[in-house]
Amino acid sequence: MLRIINLLTAPTGGVYYFHGCPVPGNTREQVNIQRKMSLVFQKTILFKESVWNNVAYGLRARGYSREEIYERVGSLLDQVGLSDLAKRRADTLSGGEAQRVAIARSVAFDPELLLLDEPTANLDPYNIELIEEMITTLNREKGITVVIVTHNVFQARRIADEVIFLDKGEIVEMGSAEKIFTNPEHEKTRLYVEGKVVF
Amino acid sequence: MTRLFEGILEAFQLIFSLDPDLLQIVFLSLRVSISAIIIATILGVPMGAFLGLKPEKKPRLISKIIYTFMGIPPVVGGLIIYLLLSRQGPLGVLGLLYTPSAMIIAQVLLATPIITGLSLVGIRSKGPEIVETARSLGADPMLATWTVIKESRLSIFGAIITGFSRVIAEVGAVMIVGGNIAGRTRVMTTAIVLETRRGNYELAIGLGLVLLILAFVINSFLYNIQKGGQAN
Amino acid sequence: MSLTKNLNPLLLVCLILALSMSLVAGGCAGEPAPEPEEEAVEEEVEEVEEVPEEELIDDSITLATTTSTYDSGLLDFLNPIFTEETGLEVEIISQGTGAALETGKRGDADVLLVHDRVSELELVEEGYFVDRYDVMYNDFIFVGPEEDQAGLKNVDKALDGLNMITDSESTFVSRGDDSGTHRKEEHLWEDAGVDPTGEDWYLSIGQGMGDTLNMTDELLGYTLTDRGTYVAMRDNLDLVIVLEGDPVLFNQYGVMAVNPNEHPHVKYEYVLMYIEFLMSGEGQELINSYQVNNETLFSPGYGLE
Repeated sequence: MLRIINLLTAPTGGVYYFHGCPVPGNTREQVNIQRKMSLVFQKTILFKESVWNNVAYGLRARGYSREEIYERVGSLLDQVGLSDLAKRRADTLSGGEAQRVAIARSVAFDPELLLLDEPTANLDPYNIELIEEMITTLNREKGITVVIVTHNVFQARRIADEVIFLDKGEIVEMGSAEKIFTNPEHEKTRLYVEGKVVF
Repeated sequence: MTRLFEGILEAFQLIFSLDPDLLQIVFLSLRVSISAIIIATILGVPMGAFLGLKPEKKPRLISKIIYTFMGIPPVVGGLIIYLLLSRQGPLGVLGLLYTPSAMIIAQVLLATPIITGLSLVGIRSKGPEIVETARSLGADPMLATWTVIKESRLSIFGAIITGFSRVIAEVGAVMIVGGNIAGRTRVMTTAIVLETRRGNYELAIGLGLVLLILAFVINSFLYNIQKGGQAN
Repeated sequence: MSLTKNLNPLLLVCLILALSMSLVAGGCAGEPAPEPEEEAVEEEVEEVEEVPEEELIDDSITLATTTSTYDSGLLDFLNPIFTEETGLEVEIISQGTGAALETGKRGDADVLLVHDRVSELELVEEGYFVDRYDVMYNDFIFVGPEEDQAGLKNVDKALDGLNMITDSESTFVSRGDDSGTHRKEEHLWEDAGVDPTGEDWYLSIGQGMGDTLNMTDELLGYTLTDRGTYVAMRDNLDLVIVLEGDPVLFNQYGVMAVNPNEHPHVKYEYVLMYIEFLMSGEGQELINSYQVNNETLFSPGYGLE
């Protein structure tokens, strides 16, 4: 689903609205919409270059000037605590480090929307904490809307404001986190958040 | 055995004497093969990227054709170019036959499928994921493709080295379209054939060694670039 | 083997043949009526088939020869007849004369059929080869484009022709491969007092006669070729004969055995059978009867000197 939102895959049916407008078929305009958001895959791919260059990629793709890139990348790395890694080659990072770089890379160009697919899968609790912290920071300080797909109920409870509960691609229930976790309308939702059923 | 030894001695004498005829032959070999590889890279890498990024199903036939052409015997490639460039051929008016340009064209024909095919394989393995990542970061299709090429540089360099090895060692095509004219289109491999036919085995093996040493130097150079791209 | 015994009566026959050939040596083109001779050949072959079937030898010899001989197709015509008579297969290595001589010196072949008389006699003298015979000859010709920009059609002497090519700076393609043909060409340039190496119009290509003719054709130039290869390829060429018949253009082929004392592994016994076959009345007639495009390419041995 995140792939559809990010315009990487065409939907099998229906119309996709972005900011209330249907998305056109034209590739150039799609790129413009695409540039307002960014997606971090579950399986992170960092380019085999320095961390700095990875984070700068999106800015370069948008044609930012050298100085601006320098400034933005620098301050972002500071903000998310990755400054020490700036000169490291991305393919030498650990899993947690790589995931943080991937997220940083995805927000460097201030997207309106950040899509995260299982951002903490296969990570240890320490790294999970770092990443969740990072996500909250980005959301609060930069005002980026973040959409996370996760199977981790506790994670959703910890960081989400709004929750949409999906089962087999269908929306079961949606609403504020508070409502979903404390007073779910649907039986399935209740069983899931209480950890009784794993779909 | 003694002949081989004499050949090795002769090779070193040749190298250190800096014989102008030899230098000219070596220089022409390099000029022809390097030009051919540059052109083949410009043609082959984007083509390999294009095919490697398409869903597997569609370009299957094209891929098969390219894989087949990777093994085209140099004489056959040479013959095709010969027929195109000969006086009666469609491009005969250009008067390119028996010139270094003709040799470059023939070698481009031999090297392009190799570079295309090997790049294709390298890019297909990880290319689609890289494109997605690049696109999600806001790259347009051009930049995304360029990123894939950069990310696949290891296999692409491998492809270039393989292509270069093939053309620098190739004799059939350059013999046919170049004609082995002394001082004009004679390269190392055709000179080796000639000296062998003349019965000058020492000189022939000497030239062969010079060719090997050159190939070693150039491949080491390319290999170092490739390694540089791999890690710090 | 009783080679000399066998050859002595043959010698006479050959000499007579040679005498008759020397009358037509200049032209060489398509005189002898081939029909009756071919019949004769067939008869002889049949005769042989009847007699020694139990004597057929299951072995092979290696013949190193020049590209020009091989390209002419003569050996593909002669050798199967020899094989049918004796059972011996003849394996052919086709090289330039220089390389063929080298192959023989190293003992990598059993018998040689080449055309550089001076070198051959020297090498026999030095002990590398034995039993050398003048087996046949053909002639060299100058070929060039129909337009003949240098005007070689107007002269009869090879040396005049070379001077005209030099003066008009017409493209001349040289074998440049130390072959018999190339050596001949070098001698001719020397005699003409011209050193063409390094000239823009002189292309030394280090390839066989067929390749040289093709390139000459492509470049609308001139070259020196043996008649055999030219005639065999003429259908695919626009080149025409522009100068022929000068006695300096005759080309003597020799057959000789690798000296078994130098290289004990050579099949000397079988080689003698092959040489005997070539020098026999039958062999010589076969050579004379071989035609390509209705032209006789080789005249039987002892033709010159």
